[in-house]
Amino acid sequence: MAKMVRLISKYCGNVRPDSVEDYVKAGGYAALKKAMGMGPLDIIEEVKKSKLMGRGGAAYPTGIKWEQAYSITKNPKYIVCNGDEGEPGTYKDRLMLGQNPLQLIEGMTIAARVLDAREGYIYIRGEYKAIQETVKKAIENAVKAGYLGDNILGTQFSFHLEVVSGAGAYVCGENTALVESIEGKAGRPRIKPPFIKNAGLYLKPTLLNNVETFSCIPYIIDNGGDNFASYGNEHSGGTKLVSLSGNVENRDVYEVPFGITLRELVYEIGGGIPEGRTLKMVQLGGSSGACFPEAVLDTQLCYKDLKSKGISLGSGAVLVLDDSNCIVDFVKCIMEFFVHESCGKCTPCREGNRHILMLVEKFADGTATKADFEKMKRICDTMKYGAFCGLGQTATTALITCLKYFKEEFEEHIEGKCRAGVCSLNGKEAK
Amino acid sequence: MKGTVVSEVLTKYDNSKDRLVQILLDLQEESGQNYIPREWLEEVSQKLDTPLTKVYDVATFYAMYNLDPKGRYVIEVCKSAPCRSRKAETLAQSLEKLLSIKMGETTADGLFTLQHTSCFGACDISPAIKIGEKVYGNLNEDKLAEIIRAYREGQK
Amino acid sequence: MKTVNILIDHINVNVPEGTTILEAAKKVGVSIPTLCYHPDQKVKANCRICLVEVKGSKGLNTACSTTVWDGMEILTNSKMARDARKTVLELILANHPQDCLSCIRNGSCELQKLTNEFGLNKISFDNVVERKAKDNTNPSIVRDSSKCIKCNRCVEACNEVQTVGAIYNSHRSYEYNITTAFDMPLEESTCIYCGQCSLVCPVGAIYEKSDIDKVWAALDNPDMHVVVQTAPAVRVSLGEEFGDGRGGIVTGKMVAALSRLGFNKVFDTDFTADLTILEEGTEFIGRVQNGGTLPMITSCSPGWINFIEKFYPECLPHLSSCKSPQQMFGALAKTYYAEKAGISPDKIFVVSIMPCTAKKYECTREEMRSSGYQDVDVVLTTRELARMIKQAGISFDSLEEEEYDDPFGITTGAGAIFGATGGVMEAALRTVYEVLTKETLQNIDFVAVRGLTGIKEATVNINGMDVKVAVANGIKNARLVLEKIKSGECDYKFIEVMCCPGGCIGGGGQPVGTTNKDRECRICSTYEVDKSMPLRKSHESPAVKAIYEEYLEKPNSHKSHHLLHTHYVDRKNK
Ligand SMILES: Cc1cc2nc3c(=O)[nH]c(=O)nc-3n(C[C@H](O)[C@H](O)[C@H](O)COP(=O)(O)O)c2cc1C
Ligand code: SF4
Ligand code: SF4
Ligand code: SF4
Ligand code: SF4
Ligand code: FES
Ligand code: FES
Repeated sequence: MAKMVRLISKYCGNVRPDSVEDYVKAGGYAALKKAMGMGPLDIIEEVKKSKLMGRGGAAYPTGIKWEQAYSITKNPKYIVCNGDEGEPGTYKDRLMLGQNPLQLIEGMTIAARVLDAREGYIYIRGEYKAIQETVKKAIENAVKAGYLGDNILGTQFSFHLEVVSGAGAYVCGENTALVESIEGKAGRPRIKPPFIKNAGLYLKPTLLNNVETFSCIPYIIDNGGDNFASYGNEHSGGTKLVSLSGNVENRDVYEVPFGITLRELVYEIGGGIPEGRTLKMVQLGGSSGACFPEAVLDTQLCYKDLKSKGISLGSGAVLVLDDSNCIVDFVKCIMEFFVHESCGKCTPCREGNRHILMLVEKFADGTATKADFEKMKRICDTMKYGAFCGLGQTATTALITCLKYFKEEFEEHIEGKCRAGVCSLNGKEAK
Repeated sequence: MKGTVVSEVLTKYDNSKDRLVQILLDLQEESGQNYIPREWLEEVSQKLDTPLTKVYDVATFYAMYNLDPKGRYVIEVCKSAPCRSRKAETLAQSLEKLLSIKMGETTADGLFTLQHTSCFGACDISPAIKIGEKVYGNLNEDKLAEIIRAYREGQK
Repeated sequence: MKTVNILIDHINVNVPEGTTILEAAKKVGVSIPTLCYHPDQKVKANCRICLVEVKGSKGLNTACSTTVWDGMEILTNSKMARDARKTVLELILANHPQDCLSCIRNGSCELQKLTNEFGLNKISFDNVVERKAKDNTNPSIVRDSSKCIKCNRCVEACNEVQTVGAIYNSHRSYEYNITTAFDMPLEESTCIYCGQCSLVCPVGAIYEKSDIDKVWAALDNPDMHVVVQTAPAVRVSLGEEFGDGRGGIVTGKMVAALSRLGFNKVFDTDFTADLTILEEGTEFIGRVQNGGTLPMITSCSPGWINFIEKFYPECLPHLSSCKSPQQMFGALAKTYYAEKAGISPDKIFVVSIMPCTAKKYECTREEMRSSGYQDVDVVLTTRELARMIKQAGISFDSLEEEEYDDPFGITTGAGAIFGATGGVMEAALRTVYEVLTKETLQNIDFVAVRGLTGIKEATVNINGMDVKVAVANGIKNARLVLEKIKSGECDYKFIEVMCCPGGCIGGGGQPVGTTNKDRECRICSTYEVDKSMPLRKSHESPAVKAIYEEYLEKPNSHKSHHLLHTHYVDRKNK
């Protein structure tokens, strides 16, 4: 099996990002033309066949999502693209948005065609300001060329797209929070139900997908769902963009077929660990993802195989840590992130994150006791099972999995030892 | 007739409440000191006919907004895990030394503010910092000194 | 109605589709703890204290927000659910000043009650509470945000029920807060002091400014002649503070308690309510006959006055110039009554017992000094009166009923219904009709303007002219009516506005935890009081007739203008 393929990233770097001319010359917009001649249900059928699962993290089957959206009869409907990309270690949407936004725009236009939607929004994190400008230009040019806006390709079909900026809030990647943010409000998640498919943006039916998800659509329509699916394995169709970061030689975004192993990802594609160090830990899916040691690396990149190990693929971020890192220090860093990013609305997340951070700090200080494990566990469980939204529910995944695989490092800190020599353990001396 | 800064920005967005997040970003840029003055928020509230509390909520919710004046250049040091694994905390220390201020502070000449930020998607070149829209990566102390010097000189 | 079968704690129960787990559990005698839930509000599901286990669903579910489905199996007391709820409670308490002994809500606090029920013996997590200074610089409302548990009930009251938006969310994570913009003191904000936030707050984070000590000081001062007036709405709610059923009528006991507390005279605001009808009715007739500004809008609700002054100053000419009954009372107590009783007004101390927090502010307004002194010295809410009675150790239940004192004790049913939404309109119509037509009104019950509906309309034919009137219940509806006036689509001639939902019986100074169900019961009782009165029209009150003969000459006379009318100020932030 090929370790790298280029289905959805094939134009990246080969076209000027905002040039419709380049994109069309390379083969772009063939899918939209084809889709114009297809019925909505036929398009949905191809998406279902492709086995495409949402690439934003929750891995919901895209074909089914589209089918549900289609079956809702209320109008108008909105198409929204999630380009918030806030999960630390993830930068693959940056690649798609910055290098070939027209493919995403084409994917959204096909979605609009299916749902007969007239308006769509691309929500892009505020930190990607320059990229927002690129996407805006691409939209403008697509309108000029008749691929977007009024009377697309000379038909009655019209679809308008607008870029909306975030302003620094990871939680806005959660779909109801994102919709609040587009409406000009603070991005605190809404209560569900209603789900956004019924009542999303302006309380109207809304189809929301990740940048990568929409970017897969043109290939699927162009080449058929089965073709796309054939690149993966029987459980997971197609390819995935992974973002490699941390202590690994080749840090970049790679398009890989489902089914390769994490070991291949880290050592062959990623080129292994620099400076002759050894691998300590991999975190998959960003800061909300699971952490595991070398022994787990033979797991396949595949929703099912990962799930059997209690791991989810998330955004496809792969963070590699070598032995110069301390697990306690790492978890502290993760918890600082969630303390900063919690929206504050619900008790477990607002209060829980900071208590966990305080407890982890005790380990880093050397002042923790055995009883602190139990306290952390209670809060972890309450957040995981009882927080209002996905942020709080997954904020402690890193801690929970580190306690599963690396508990002895925590225990060493109680004894006043940090094997990586990262933690100051000041509190211990002071005691 | 030339309107106020606020009314000009609002006009750009058709005086739409829905664009509040963007409006505040634009206003912050207009301020020249990377912040949104209180009077501007009050004006936005009046002109959009939205309670000031709701404008205040948005302004305090998102991390990119500041309600107090900052330096001309805000240097944001990423403190998320991928950057930390590449020793980002040494960047913070170097910057503190180079600028003789602590994280969160602004230099006396009003040129630089140092602050932490969450991951901004430059993890392929971590450890990374952001100055305004510009991102710098694969940094070490020497490269930082070079960057700071360039900004200072750009001032003269 | 479609029903579904579910299993709660292994007990089978059949409930209507759409029932929440919380409601369904009540049916099998299980009460699941709640904090952010409020029966009259939208489901918020942010506190997470009501977590229960549902078989087959991942994680736990919040009972307040989850509706049941056929075949659902719920465990309200599994270890997982109990552990999570306990942790949530401990997390709340770890960020809470545990001040119960000196807290205004000691005994009426939902958090305290839950903690008691959970039987916590320790809080495992370090206390992280940040003591912030209280905001207590305005006359009406105190905010103690250190005690806030972020349930957002006040936010809904302020933003959606009242559409004021003085308080809202701010910041995020552990800095997340419920506050004014820029944390400014309430008096700089758009707050109208309605106190609806204080009615719904489960804890001691928003409450009335207590003026009890000032009243005790006056009562302790032998040189002071301390008189008290009680608003129409207090007699149907005060009993609830003493474990009486909802809306019990406790007029006689309340009067007895007040004399026991040492007030020299106990008077009834219903008297000046009757007087208001004469003044306001005459003003209305004058406007109709002389082409004055119409529609005319009532002005007896000070929260409403604050609202129109702050939000719609351009509509001020529509307001009646009448003071509220409590302020009319204050002005007369220190003039007419002072003369009659031969007491110097500077030795008279006027206390009002009101269902209202806005009246605390109202009595401090500069315009409210027609007697040459501050007309009303102190306003106490229903809640504060209950507290005083408890402080004095008076056993309310066993009190013998007593009567109000003269001369401000003779009243009519029209004055009594001022306490309920629509009451002022109904009372006014009873009088205006008879004055204008010189005929006896056949049916004096204007049922169309009663009840909790948002905007109520009625048309009355007076001398061949159809007079269309409307009643706006609560500020949200008042806003709608004002917008109609501004857009010129309003054909009402006379509009009643009450700031608080349900009228004063639902006022911000009423017992905490007041729900719409309570409001309905109090409204019922209010009309019972009306029915039981020998006189039910204000212009028939002998006390009202007497005061015009002896003192005020006639409605809208020069003297009544001086004492009973006022003017308003544009307070919009510009
Ligand atoms: C806290 C939180 C943050 C999220 N951030 C993102 C994000 O940055 N980008 C994204 O596409 N999805 C994100 N998601 C997932 C979205 O809610 C949603 O499931 C997804 O965008 C749907 O698109 P998909 O089906 O194409 O994946 C986040 C979810 C949560 C709970
Ligand atoms: S879990 Fe709760 S506090 Fe955390 S982000 Fe979600 S809603 Fe906000
Ligand atoms: S708010 Fe409740 S729990 Fe808190 S101190 Fe007051 S009475 Fe006690
Ligand atoms: S008193 Fe009324 S206006 Fe003021 S904060 Fe409370 S609810 Fe809002
Ligand atoms: S002030 Fe009271 S009602 Fe408002 S959010 Fe806080 S606890 Fe809830
Ligand atoms: S972790 Fe620093 S930019 Fe992503
Ligand atoms: S009562 Fe259910 S979450 Fe608060």
